[in-house]
Amino acid sequence: MIGEGTHSTNQRRHTYVRDNVEVGFFTDPTVCIGCKACEVACKEWNHVPDDGFVWSGNSYDNTGHLGASTWRHVMLVEQDRQKGGQIVGSHSLGNANGEDPFRWIFLSDVCKHCEEAGCLEACPTGAIVRTEVGSILVQNDVCNGCGYCVVSCPFGVIDRRPQPLPDAGGAFKCTFCYDRQKSGLTPACAKVCPTESIVFGRLDDLRARATQRVHQLREHGYADAELYDPTETSVRGTHAFFLILGDPEAYGLPPKPQIPTIHLKAAWAAAFATAIGALIVTLCAFAFL
Amino acid sequence: MPTQMNESRIDQLREDAWAKSGVTGRGVDVAGGPIPRKPGYYGHPVVRPPVWMWEIPIYFFVGGLGGMSTVIALGAVLFHHFDIARMAMWFAAVASVLSPILLILDLGRPHLFINMLRVFKPQSAMSMGAWILAGFGMCVVPGLIALELHTFHLFAGAIEQILGVAAEILIFGSAIFGMLLATYTGVLIGATAIPAWFLHHKLLPIHFGTAGLGSAAALLELLGHRIPPLNAIGIFAAAFETVLLIWLSVDKHGVADRAIHEHGSGWLIRIGEVFTGPIPLVLRSFGAIPLAAISFLLGALFSRFGWIAAGKISSRDPESVFASQKS
Repeated sequence: MIGEGTHSTNQRRHTYVRDNVEVGFFTDPTVCIGCKACEVACKEWNHVPDDGFVWSGNSYDNTGHLGASTWRHVMLVEQDRQKGGQIVGSHSLGNANGEDPFRWIFLSDVCKHCEEAGCLEACPTGAIVRTEVGSILVQNDVCNGCGYCVVSCPFGVIDRRPQPLPDAGGAFKCTFCYDRQKSGLTPACAKVCPTESIVFGRLDDLRARATQRVHQLREHGYADAELYDPTETSVRGTHAFFLILGDPEAYGLPPKPQIPTIHLKAAWAAAFATAIGALIVTLCAFAFL
Repeated sequence: MPTQMNESRIDQLREDAWAKSGVTGRGVDVAGGPIPRKPGYYGHPVVRPPVWMWEIPIYFFVGGLGGMSTVIALGAVLFHHFDIARMAMWFAAVASVLSPILLILDLGRPHLFINMLRVFKPQSAMSMGAWILAGFGMCVVPGLIALELHTFHLFAGAIEQILGVAAEILIFGSAIFGMLLATYTGVLIGATAIPAWFLHHKLLPIHFGTAGLGSAAALLELLGHRIPPLNAIGIFAAAFETVLLIWLSVDKHGVADRAIHEHGSGWLIRIGEVFTGPIPLVLRSFGAIPLAAISFLLGALFSRFGWIAAGKISSRDPESVFASQKS
């Protein structure tokens, strides 16, 4: 956290991979300044290719959303609401009597590294694995680009990289800088974050910190501060969780994400019933007609 | 998007600001901002749209038809309709060759297709599908060869008898894999994060299986085998599709599954259901079997394209995703 200097978990070397310690990201928009250094550091370290540039017209966000070639994405959310104890000015558009609040929130989005991961369960090649530190990793040399993980991610994170980009055809997402972590280094985005809006560390420590931070913010007038970590759904919590102000929908986050495998039992039952039904109908048709 | 109207409004605001040292009127609503009026985060999709192209709906159709052909082949062999069994096994053999080709074409990295058989993963419908298709091919092709050799009596004595038994066992195996091949595709798209698909995860395997069975009977009839058992299967499939059409019209989830009730995808699914349900049912009752068969085959094909299109539209609609998680 802020003020810890070189003692911060973002700057220390670690042995989490060797010790099989679960790690995570805690991303806090209330200290994010929207500099997008995390996006740049991620692209540079991981050699994520340039996937084109368009002016979106959506605040200062020209990245759009997470995808095969965007593993960190700083969202710039504009809302007509107050931010904490913000004093509302009288020069805002639309209303001159000072009752037109406006807030601008920056939140760095990333793969959630779910406790029960849709992509991991769906992958038919075994290319997607869970690492020693509990993160989800796509093995690029194994993935054959079937695209089933793309439709199985409840957060819309993983995607197949289109032609003509390098390594096209495979599915890509945040690796949690597994290569860096094996050498005891912090993931690139957390390392570079100038305000420690992205905190990297042990999962249990981070959960405690996040809860503490929510309390602190609520005391300071941020009444709608809450932790986005869907532990109550079949996803059973994430390893990269976020502090959010207001509804998760505004950040494009699903309010109650579910892992698609919960539908398997009923769907297979319907499939078996249909198969047996078809067999019986066919045999009866040939037997009696 | 800068438009003429926005530009002139901005000029007007500048004039206002210059004259009154402040702006009082409403600002310009540029696409997406300021203060986004679109659902979610600037209307961006919450779940990713499927990357699958035309190969997948065609595969669903071919796999469904070929898979259920083996069930008809089994019935035909058991009740001594050898001509029908032979033709049905030919359909299955063509499907067992065409299906992997279509699937490999759709892969992002076709040269790594063999990785599909790298693991056996019951919790992944895609993995199960790969194994089902592999098992299907390994039963159908030798089964067809045994059946053909047996039919033309190329060998005599013991070999001839062994061929007959082998053909029956392999056709039985083909039927087991075949009926799974025709229905697992519904599980495949039913167990995903896309609202229009997972909200109908029970209907989809039933629909795909029934459409497969009806298509197999329809194609056999079109190619000349107009016998009562096939007509009965055709009537059953059409009647069942009619029931599914009613089910789909009753089991609505509002905004969450609007992709299958509105848009082009909704029309495609609905047209497909009408062509596989009521139309062939009426045509068969008038004895117009070839027309009923053509209608069913077209409907089964349209509906597969419709369901994939519905998945693409549904996933791009953030409101659908939010609505599906509200209840």
